Amino acid sequence: MAKTIKEIEHPLYRKSSKMRTERFGKSLTFIAVVLTAAITAAILFLVFSKGLSTFIMNDGSVKDFFTGTTWNPAEVNSLGKPIIGALPFIVGSLAITGISALIAGPLAIGAAIFMSEIAPNAGKRIMQPVIELLVGIPSVVYGFIGLSVVVPFLRDLFPGSGFGIAAGTIVLSVMILPTVTSLALDAIQSVPRSLREASLALGSTRWQMICKVVLKTAKPGLLMAIIFGMARAFGEALAVQMVIGNASVIPHSLFEPASTITSILTMGMGYTVMGQVENNALWSLALILLLMSLFFTIIVRMIGKGKST
Amino acid sequence: MSAKSTDRLATAGLYVIVGIIITVLAGLLGFVFVKGIPQLSWQFITTPPQIFKEGGGVGPQLFNSFYLLVLTLMIAVPIAIGAGIYLAEYARDHWIIRCIRVLIEVLSSLPSIVVGLFGFLFFVLYMGWGFSILSGAFALSLFNLPLLVRVVEQSIRNIPKSQREAGWALGFSKWETITTIILPAALPGIVTGVILASGRVFGEAAALIYTAGMSTPIIDFTNWNPLSPTSPLNPFRPAETLAVHIWKINGEGIMPDAAAISDGAAALLIISILFFNFTSRFIGNLMFKKMGAN
Repeated sequence: MAKTIKEIEHPLYRKSSKMRTERFGKSLTFIAVVLTAAITAAILFLVFSKGLSTFIMNDGSVKDFFTGTTWNPAEVNSLGKPIIGALPFIVGSLAITGISALIAGPLAIGAAIFMSEIAPNAGKRIMQPVIELLVGIPSVVYGFIGLSVVVPFLRDLFPGSGFGIAAGTIVLSVMILPTVTSLALDAIQSVPRSLREASLALGSTRWQMICKVVLKTAKPGLLMAIIFGMARAFGEALAVQMVIGNASVIPHSLFEPASTITSILTMGMGYTVMGQVENNALWSLALILLLMSLFFTIIVRMIGKGKST
Repeated sequence: MSAKSTDRLATAGLYVIVGIIITVLAGLLGFVFVKGIPQLSWQFITTPPQIFKEGGGVGPQLFNSFYLLVLTLMIAVPIAIGAGIYLAEYARDHWIIRCIRVLIEVLSSLPSIVVGLFGFLFFVLYMGWGFSILSGAFALSLFNLPLLVRVVEQSIRNIPKSQREAGWALGFSKWETITTIILPAALPGIVTGVILASGRVFGEAAALIYTAGMSTPIIDFTNWNPLSPTSPLNPFRPAETLAVHIWKINGEGIMPDAAAISDGAAALLIISILFFNFTSRFIGNLMFKKMGAN
């Protein structure tokens, strides 16, 4: 009996200090990972609980929220429910995002084709660094340029003040253009060289090769690039808020002041008191924003999965 | 139309597209520099802004931007390195790990204004820090964590397996191999990524207007005691950064030279971003060469 106890106490049976540092290091890094994930969960939880409280605590109607056109959460309508018609903001956000993608998408893909297929040298040496630099330009600068160049330009050309969806779209298209170009270039460059050579060997012209082989193979990646740009456009706050005019109505033309979800959040959050209906209604808008960004992420993931199989 | 002329037409079309893009982007940079650089002077980057008169500068805002950047990196980089190490070296293919990866990806896709509002609710109100540099730094850390984690994970994954095996063969534990061999080898990639993220932090405004605030109290640049309310280092004072300043004076600035000040501030912002870009390239190359020589 005494002998076995002695054996267990033998130095070889003791945990080495290396095991201890190993365990320490592993748990330390694990805590960092869990912390990052927990923060995300906390953000999701808080925005969901705050955003839903408009409908649960303040008795707001979901139908009004998505179809109503009057935004005045401080007051109640004839049914005693707060007036929370968010349709103008949702329409504004969707319009701006959609039109920007329509403008920036083709331009970006064209530029990416040019940089990869037509002038690879100039593309790599000059255009790529410039595009990467432009990805990093702060959105406030884009908004400021929109305010001092695009808005006066539109004011001279069209009736109205120049503020509106058109100005917002121009600013956002230019803003997402470098991001989309850079991602589209990655997608096009990942098409294997052998496919191009096979196509050229069959006697196709460069354009036929680009159209029928390169673009077709790179399609999932190009879609991902455009959706990524749309997600960025949808979530952009300050650049849009500076040029859109901030009128909470559904505009009749692209040149009338409008609003987006992000612009109303930027404008309103500072002037409302936590816990009141006005404030909760803004959190519901933040929830929509979050759900849309989740939606974009899911689409990108689905396209990515389809690509790998 | 024959295939050849279609080809020529399409090529011409692509040249036109690229021409448009280059004109727009060059015009954009040109506009900022041509209008902004004449505004820059030592007086402009050191003096505080004026509210009613012209001739104000952006001194405190520039300082706030850098201070916020330093605090943000101090919070975010250690967490990102830890998380990156775990995901690259320890994580197995398990449903919990997959969940965590999805959550990190979701965090990276959140609009900055949503992160800012969360920061407003949690740091400003719940933790009671008020509009302060600290709240702003934490909000920006959240915003940049996913990017930094990805950078660290990628840089670590790029280290060849033979380096790890060499460490294990020398009798190092996994953790010792990571800290003494893998991390130093991955450092160039990590540093480059961190500097690029710095550019993002420096220009961010939407996440800051409700966390770091839109005002700067009078600060005294001779008082470096972090606990004093007038000290520039005090982390509990509100701090408007350069990017927020541009946004604010364009919305509600009443000084007569608001446009000129925004021109100058925008140029300053872009010059700083350029600086971060070039430093990251330069340091990345330098460290790569140094490590390669070893």
